[in-house]
Amino acid sequence: MNLSRREQLTGRVFLIALIVVTLLPFVSMLSAALQPRGTVPSGLDWPSDPQWGNFADAFTAANMGALLRSSLLIVAGVVPVSVLIATMAGFGLGQLRVPGGRLVFGLFLLGLTLPFEAVVTPLYYQMQDLGLLNTRWAIILPLIGLYMPFAVFWMRAHFTNVPVELSEAARVDGSSTWQLFWRVQVPLARPAIASLTILMFLWTWNQFLLAIVLVDDATKRTMAGALGAFQGQWGTDLVLLCAGSLLILTPTLIVFLIFQRQFIKALIQGSVKG
Amino acid sequence: MTSALGSAPTGHDDRRARPTPTRAHRFRWARAAGTGWLYVLPALVMYAVFVLRPLVLTLQYSLYDWNGIGVARWVGLDNYLTVFTDSDLLKIIGNAMVLIVFFSFIPVALGLLVASMVRRITTGAFGTVVRTILFLPQVIPLVAAGIAWSWLLSSNGLVNQALRAVGLGGVARAWLGDFDTALPAVGVIGAWVLLGLCTILLVTGMSKIDPALYEAARLDGAGPVREFLAVTLPSLRQEIGVCLTVTIIAALASFDIVYISTSGGPGLQTTVPGLEIYRLAFSQRQVGLASALAVVLMLLVLACVLPIQRLSRGEKQ
Repeated sequence: MNLSRREQLTGRVFLIALIVVTLLPFVSMLSAALQPRGTVPSGLDWPSDPQWGNFADAFTAANMGALLRSSLLIVAGVVPVSVLIATMAGFGLGQLRVPGGRLVFGLFLLGLTLPFEAVVTPLYYQMQDLGLLNTRWAIILPLIGLYMPFAVFWMRAHFTNVPVELSEAARVDGSSTWQLFWRVQVPLARPAIASLTILMFLWTWNQFLLAIVLVDDATKRTMAGALGAFQGQWGTDLVLLCAGSLLILTPTLIVFLIFQRQFIKALIQGSVKG
Repeated sequence: MTSALGSAPTGHDDRRARPTPTRAHRFRWARAAGTGWLYVLPALVMYAVFVLRPLVLTLQYSLYDWNGIGVARWVGLDNYLTVFTDSDLLKIIGNAMVLIVFFSFIPVALGLLVASMVRRITTGAFGTVVRTILFLPQVIPLVAAGIAWSWLLSSNGLVNQALRAVGLGGVARAWLGDFDTALPAVGVIGAWVLLGLCTILLVTGMSKIDPALYEAARLDGAGPVREFLAVTLPSLRQEIGVCLTVTIIAALASFDIVYISTSGGPGLQTTVPGLEIYRLAFSQRQVGLASALAVVLMLLVLACVLPIQRLSRGEKQ
């Protein structure tokens, strides 16, 4: 592309400014987290004697071990099931094209823009009736349902683009629908499934509203929900709050940095299709 | 639809049973349909039980006066009347509208500005670093963004520190606690979260534009502004549509950031519908009114998002 040197330079300057603005909150939090306990930190002020021990204090105060375990349990309850049943539904709607599928798909689309706030009140009473309030199931089960519009939409979009001839060929070979699904279609759908898995992991880990409404005990919540409780408890101790928040962020950041290529692809595709 | 049904199962079933062709056809047909439904069913059941049922209940609750425990009293559309006449509730809906400016218009406008100057992020290491960093706010929980910015915008925070450093100490204040600045300050947090996403989406769209279009525009003597209006904007219609959709939903349905950074205060200055639904339903025990507000919020989202979808998709072809 023919861009003049000056234009390229201004472009870069803007990008770098954007990067600085994006990173500043994190740096500012880090500088506050490293101040001596009990002091009142100010904006961005690198301490002469960084107190890395604050992170250890925060780890204990936030009960990080229990929080990690809880978030992992919730992710383990939500993500595999969601991905599996959404893939099956996408296969049914996009490849097998079941009669009445259009209607069902329309029903799913209805939920695509649904704010969680719109259903959280009845969900509370529903969970109460099921005796699941304050258990992780109260987060897991509704989340699976709430993810279905996007997940089915996503997987159906993939399966609609797979040529039907492929399924026919498999059938001529005498394989059943179930074999066709697992041996032919799922391996082909791997990229779509991978992106969906990443998005669901992220959304589950960061889910806040359902966690604070349906579960009181912070150690049974998602990471985001636990962070909310942590802020409520340590809101006045800024040093510890910043250290704790950064700690709670770390697992996501690590996972993000490892899989960043896939993450970014998933996030771009996810928002474009959604 | 018909073609798909006709071509669904060939081969396998034929070989086993073939009485009359039509019968076999019908048999295959019913079997395939039945099997197909088994695949759709689990997702549909979860969706029905944990989304559609609560949705219907929200509609039902919204017609009652109910404290969540005792007997519900039918009040017809009274709750909706309250939503549309109560000055507090109207203000709360208005707050969400104001947030659209910050969550949506600012990130999209700034993103367009950056995109039109960068056009494509270099593919090398620099590009990867840029993308990774700009996506950070998308990856962390909104709660964390709220905590970080509460600190940045507090009296001792970085924002005031910077203002004092350049001699503007006079305007320094607790931005989230001030009646005049609280809502814009919350808006800034949202803008920060969504700016990177919009920028990346727009730059990605930008890199798909045929460079010849720009050369043609230059040959026609178009300046940067004409170029932007004639080439960039129309080509990015779909990406802009996506950005607007995502960010407007984020603004109208905002909850996490507000809950953490201001809890809706001072007064009702930063209370948004999501927060008010939570409060009405679980603190005030006005489940009916909360549900009516929830229905209004849902419709508001649709009213904002559907026209954008139509515009960005429809005119593309």
